[in-house]
Amino acid sequence: MAYFIQLVFAGIALGCIYALIGLGFTIIFKASEVINFAQGSLLLVGAYIVSAGVFEWHLPFFLALVLGILVTSCIGLLFERFALRRMIGRPVFSILMITIGLDIVLRTLVIAKWGSNPIPAATPFEFTSGFTFGGVHFGANELWTIIVTVLLCAALYYFFRFTKYGLAMRATAIDQEAALAMGINIRTVYALAWGISAAIATLGGIFLAINAIAIDPTLGNIALFAFPAIILGGIDSVSGAVVGGIIIGLAVVVTAGYESHFANILGAGFHEIAPYLIMILVLLIRPYGLFGTRKVERI
Amino acid sequence: MNASSATRIWSIDARTQPPRLLGSLSRWIALCLAVVATIIFFSVATEDWLTIVNYTLIAAIASLGLNVLSGYTGQVSLGIAFFMAIGAYTAAVLGGTLPTTPLDPLGLGLSFLIWLPAAGIVAALVGALVGPTALRLKGFYLGIVTLSLVFIGNYFFMNARAISGGPQGRTFPVPAIGDFSFDQQNTIFGITLTSGQQFFLLILPILGLSALFVGNVMRSRAGRAFKAVRDNEVGATIMGVNLFETKMGAFILSSFLAGIAGALFASFSRYVIPNYWNLTLSIQFIAAIIVGGIASIWGSILGAAFVFGLPLVIDQFSLLPVGSSSGGLSSGDLNALIYGFLIIAFLLFEPGGVIGLVRRSQALVRKLNSHGGEGGEPAEITDLPSSVGAHLDAGNPAVTKGEET
Repeated sequence: MAYFIQLVFAGIALGCIYALIGLGFTIIFKASEVINFAQGSLLLVGAYIVSAGVFEWHLPFFLALVLGILVTSCIGLLFERFALRRMIGRPVFSILMITIGLDIVLRTLVIAKWGSNPIPAATPFEFTSGFTFGGVHFGANELWTIIVTVLLCAALYYFFRFTKYGLAMRATAIDQEAALAMGINIRTVYALAWGISAAIATLGGIFLAINAIAIDPTLGNIALFAFPAIILGGIDSVSGAVVGGIIIGLAVVVTAGYESHFANILGAGFHEIAPYLIMILVLLIRPYGLFGTRKVERI
Repeated sequence: MNASSATRIWSIDARTQPPRLLGSLSRWIALCLAVVATIIFFSVATEDWLTIVNYTLIAAIASLGLNVLSGYTGQVSLGIAFFMAIGAYTAAVLGGTLPTTPLDPLGLGLSFLIWLPAAGIVAALVGALVGPTALRLKGFYLGIVTLSLVFIGNYFFMNARAISGGPQGRTFPVPAIGDFSFDQQNTIFGITLTSGQQFFLLILPILGLSALFVGNVMRSRAGRAFKAVRDNEVGATIMGVNLFETKMGAFILSSFLAGIAGALFASFSRYVIPNYWNLTLSIQFIAAIIVGGIASIWGSILGAAFVFGLPLVIDQFSLLPVGSSSGGLSSGDLNALIYGFLIIAFLLFEPGGVIGLVRRSQALVRKLNSHGGEGGEPAEITDLPSSVGAHLDAGNPAVTKGEET
């Protein structure tokens, strides 16, 4: 039982990371109907800058964190301003591909700067710290992930519900033309969406890195696990991204924890595809996700 | 865009003579030059160069397959690596050597005349099986589902030791006609052919046939239906195009070509690990068709040469200093950096890719020439295409070339 609770705890923590990454996707999608395939690379850049800030440039952790968030937000803003804005009205295929282009560029730049070998992850606390209660180890890393996710969600909730720009973003998501007519500056909204989601990506990247103790360029691929999460939750639903993330996190950790018992049936690495199987199932039954808006399309 | 595409379709259909492959003198000359160039290359090229060219030609077959689905039909697919893997492992199981110990991966030892077509057919069948589920979805969703195919395939092949040899990989069969096995030097009619030359003689015609087939399909009703679905699904349905059948057709044709390419690649490499068929491979093919030219046959080939051939050429000449583990760029990484930038640049400024640039300059030259007097072409063809759709169609060599005489 303690083992199961341990797995559930770890699963929720991992799910929070997926939720953070998923939030990044969802915020951009809501604002501009673009799925940003470069989210994984933004996360990678953020994580590398924080690590390099701490270990190479000897900055305090929180200064490095701010630097990482600044750099990734700037990349997001510049890309939105100089590439995506010119792509408005172009086919989905082209828009998706241009974000893949950014993904390739950023990942290769990271490899060029820091190489393919793992470098240690920066952390403000000890990797092994935490406490044990009833046979279950509550690691500081997992606890912080959950706390930060909860705080961030609360902050985002406040932002979207009570601030001028948050309301502007929601209005734009509902009806772009009506928002324009009401005097909302759509460019600011797009820029905000990219800035926020790049900043969240950096946070997700740092927790992923701490979770893995070291980072290497394949870390960005983990962002792909957030796809099942956002599709499960509904691609245009912010709360759906969080719920979806936690479900996928639980699925990964619990299957990973028990798959050795079924090794002769499932083989190795089943937990890596469990999220995708769940996602395909969801797409077959509820293509708009658990919390997404049902899109009516008739001919 | 809708108005311009309407005129475009009209101008193609209204021609009484369909464009002929060798209908004009200039095309005969081009063909002869190409044959001569191929023969010269074939006789003087070293084995290293043949290896580079063979890999490029194989990649061109798969790019062509992806272009059918993504370029001509507009369906986002990140799953081409999966279909290549299906082709490769079909070839391995059908053509592989018979296992001597129970631990060896499966092999039936059949001839390549069976396993090569079977590779394409099985990949097409898997495509037909997956298609109905995947093609219910559009745009980003389809991209994500095809992405998950790659991961699920990877998991399956990692664990299916009998098929793939497990994480360590397995050897793949080499085409052989009797004792005439392609992995060693053979003498035929007094000419000694190296392994690379024999593969070249096998792969080039396959690419040629695939290109010809795809080119002809795109000029048929089916091909026009593909493009109609890409440009406007609702519009296509109103014009009597069956969306599902058309998408399935594109998906199956694309999977078939990917399967053939996968089998050829594995056979030419001799040894492949299941991890090779990963997302990066899929993304490389997407880069190839965008850089080369979306919805263009020559674009697929040029793109494959750029994305898959160039790193090999860089390595061949050791143009890069030996990369260290920290900070050094390998030729593959350098190339990835270049094509990553090129994807962004081409999508922003020239969605037709390299071929789009070529067409644009050709149109410009023709426009300059026609000021001399004897321009007898319909205006809607010579005009510089302004919308994306027009760019895409201008990328089809068959359509524009046909107008020249």
